[in-house]
Amino acid sequence: MVIKLKFAIMNNLLKAVVDEYAATNDFPEFGAGDTIVVTYKIKEGNKERLQKFKGVVLQRKGSGISETFTIRKMSGNIGVERIIPVQSPFIESIEINKKGKVRRARIYYLRGLTGKKARIKERRF
Amino acid sequence: MPGLIGKKIGMTSIFSAEGKNIPCTVIEAGPCLVTQIKTKEKDGYDAVQIAFDDKKDKSSNKAMIGHFNKANTSAKRKLVEFRGNFEHLNLGDVLNVGDVLKNDRWIDVTGISKGKGFQGVVKRYGFKGVGDATHGQHNRLRAPGSLGASSYPSRVFKGMRMAGRTGTDRVKVINISIVKLIPEKNILIVKGSVPGANGSYLIINK
Repeated sequence: MVIKLKFAIMNNLLKAVVDEYAATNDFPEFGAGDTIVVTYKIKEGNKERLQKFKGVVLQRKGSGISETFTIRKMSGNIGVERIIPVQSPFIESIEINKKGKVRRARIYYLRGLTGKKARIKERRF
Repeated sequence: MPGLIGKKIGMTSIFSAEGKNIPCTVIEAGPCLVTQIKTKEKDGYDAVQIAFDDKKDKSSNKAMIGHFNKANTSAKRKLVEFRGNFEHLNLGDVLNVGDVLKNDRWIDVTGISKGKGFQGVVKRYGFKGVGDATHGQHNRLRAPGSLGASSYPSRVFKGMRMAGRTGTDRVKVINISIVKLIPEKNILIVKGSVPGANGSYLIINK
């Protein structure tokens, strides 16, 4: 009991630090199965430019400042995936194109599917 | 100023001003109390003893309670001595992370490494295992190979590196850079890892 309490205090301290750094961004809520467009900044020497990446979110992983999401798109017939930290200062904006209807939190099965099979039903409200 | 005693809280990562993701360790450093000042005349060397982390009076013996009473403090869990002559310090003074490390960018951190149990020579001493074709290495993947010559000396030299209990060593990591200080919460954030498990004590040297 005492030990549990001790670690609870320690976790609170860690959380306090994480919260201090975790910026509150106003991105819309998204999850696995959603099709989103991420606009992120790319630094080339001194110049900064914006690039867009449109794809399906495979998963969100982690919590707080270390939370990341995996986004996948088909470039020609080659699958391209990017893992991006949600708190990354290089993200300019995120917009949702389509809310997907999927049954699991991590849709790795999408990697094995192509063409018509790789479609995700849209969630209707 | 002497160093500090701290407690490893855990690891996380933060983004720097340039946007780089820095792995970092959160340490609860201090507040520490001065419990004894040793002098050359009295003790043969100059040092200051500081204490950290409260504990109940009933879990320390009378000798220790008497020692803490001299500095007018409650019982503490961890005591560490720092060598040197710190004239401005008095018994019972409080050392805070914000004051002690105010002007420092680099620190040394000492801790007790995590215990690894009984380990072979590959993990314990970095032997190469099967990569070596010679030095007595044969058909086993992680064996130590030859222990020495044969009829002369007809024995194994003392100190020959072999398998055994690994970890739980006192380890000092030098020149760790300070990422941030949060003085009001007594928190010190350093770049990279430090020895030991979460919750273990660390000695912070400047």
